[in-house]
Amino acid sequence: MVLDENTIEKIAHLSRLQIGKEDIPHYAQNLSSILDFVGQMDGIDTTAVDPMAHPLSVTQRLRDDQVTEVDQKDKFQAIAPRVESGLYLVPKVIE
Amino acid sequence: MHRKTIAELSQALHQGTISSSELTGIFLSRVKQFNPQLNSFITLTEERASTAAQEADRRLKNGKAGPLTGIPIAHKDIFCTDGVTTTCGSRMLDNFIAPYDATCVVKFNQAGAVMLGKTNMDEFAMGSSNETSFYGPVKNPWDPAKVPGGSSGGSAAAVAAYLVPGATGTDTGGSIRQPAALCGCTGLKPTYGRVSRYGMIAFASSLDQGGPITRTAEDAALMLGVMAGFDEKDSTSMDTSVPDYTATLSDSIEGIKIGLPKEYFSEGLDNRIASALDEAIKEYQNLGATVVDISLPNTNLSVPTYYVVAPAECSSNLSRYDGVRFGYRCDNPKDLMDLYKRTRGEGFGAEVKRRIMIGTYVLSAGYYDAYYLKAQRIRRLISDDFANAFKDVDVIMGPTTPTTAFALGDKVDDPITMYLSDIYTIAVNLAGLPAISIPAGFVNWLPAGLQIIGNYFQEARILNIAHRYQQVTDWHRRVPEQYK
Repeated sequence: MVLDENTIEKIAHLSRLQIGKEDIPHYAQNLSSILDFVGQMDGIDTTAVDPMAHPLSVTQRLRDDQVTEVDQKDKFQAIAPRVESGLYLVPKVIE
Repeated sequence: MHRKTIAELSQALHQGTISSSELTGIFLSRVKQFNPQLNSFITLTEERASTAAQEADRRLKNGKAGPLTGIPIAHKDIFCTDGVTTTCGSRMLDNFIAPYDATCVVKFNQAGAVMLGKTNMDEFAMGSSNETSFYGPVKNPWDPAKVPGGSSGGSAAAVAAYLVPGATGTDTGGSIRQPAALCGCTGLKPTYGRVSRYGMIAFASSLDQGGPITRTAEDAALMLGVMAGFDEKDSTSMDTSVPDYTATLSDSIEGIKIGLPKEYFSEGLDNRIASALDEAIKEYQNLGATVVDISLPNTNLSVPTYYVVAPAECSSNLSRYDGVRFGYRCDNPKDLMDLYKRTRGEGFGAEVKRRIMIGTYVLSAGYYDAYYLKAQRIRRLISDDFANAFKDVDVIMGPTTPTTAFALGDKVDDPITMYLSDIYTIAVNLAGLPAISIPAGFVNWLPAGLQIIGNYFQEARILNIAHRYQQVTDWHRRVPEQYK
């Protein structure tokens, strides 16, 4: 499976990763060989096999809809890159 | 003193032969002396350690102490520690001071253990050599030109060099067991769901599990006793009772059936490791165990399957690192997209970016069925292989790694060669089973590990089987020349 540079750019965009133009060929090569490697899976017939998402056969535990958390907003926002009036600041989104 | 095990140190502390403050001082000075050459610690927490040691001494005097009270330990830098930098080996979290403690950390604090610091690791737990860390590689105490293994390389090296008698690690594809094997330590990955993942920075949520790295199985039993247990804060935590892992350590293993998968002893395995394992199996036969040849037919698919499942899960888990609420943020972002892309492009290293991109690809429209769903089906086949084997045997044994520690820089340019060093450990994570690696000999003065895989929640059994071997051998008590 050979990934071309266009595909790498698309995947990088979906992953929200900036990849330098000069690095794209290297990633294309690495990712292509990894996909070749995992292509070994193709040789196995799995039509009658259920997918396994989780090692244990259990159902998700639920709890009562009660407030149990304590408000620690100030503590958590103390480590934020930019905060103002309790809001996280990012570059302008709306024109 | 630094060569004593946790069990021996605990006895000394309880008898009053030494205080926790003195003991902590001894280990802290060893860390300061040797860390520059090993690079096994990212952060040292001297003041906290001092305070914790004094508190431990108070508890020891008042008779309110347990087996881990006063014992110096280290935490892999993947566990959140309140008020202490938690980097996960990454530039992305270089400035992250965790605002809460992981459950594992809380449990060790409550047990009175003394945290000396946070250990080095492969970035976001992705790696098998501790070479992807933003903070530089860790050296193997047995040979500084060799890797200690990964991703818990810092913890394994610290224990192997006697800088700390026990340390926590995490294991997603072998990251406790493989470095334990390459460094001559004992490392245990518990059953999935045995140890809480709350506060343990997530890599692959259906595979990750925290566990102890120690010198001995007895010490691993002591540490697991603290770490294991149901946690409401972890929705994948199992509400299964925690036995006293130390109570059954010396039980007879007469009649225990050991399965040896033929796939684990084929080409690819260094034949000198195979010889060391043959000797180990003979010891087990002397102890009364019987050996059964078994087959795990889908073994060769475990690494490819893992490298679809784990990157897929990691691409999801690492999407939270966006420069908005915590962690690294790029300078002067011009818009939101630039903020995300440059923060993540600059904050993550190459291996992490590779895995995020593989994960994104295999989950994307048009490829999801062919890759991700396919891998999940094969995962079930791999898991079923173990279930079938356990109908005939009590435990499965084999080598932990195909080779001893390789040279630094050897595999960094070829990801797949690196991935294949986890060939014997990875299937265990896919199935969610418990497994332990114990020292079983040396090949050219480098340690070789024996892996013991148990059925679900059979940690007591595999610890017992490991301990019985350690009662008749001394590989686990060897000391690298430089660190005596």
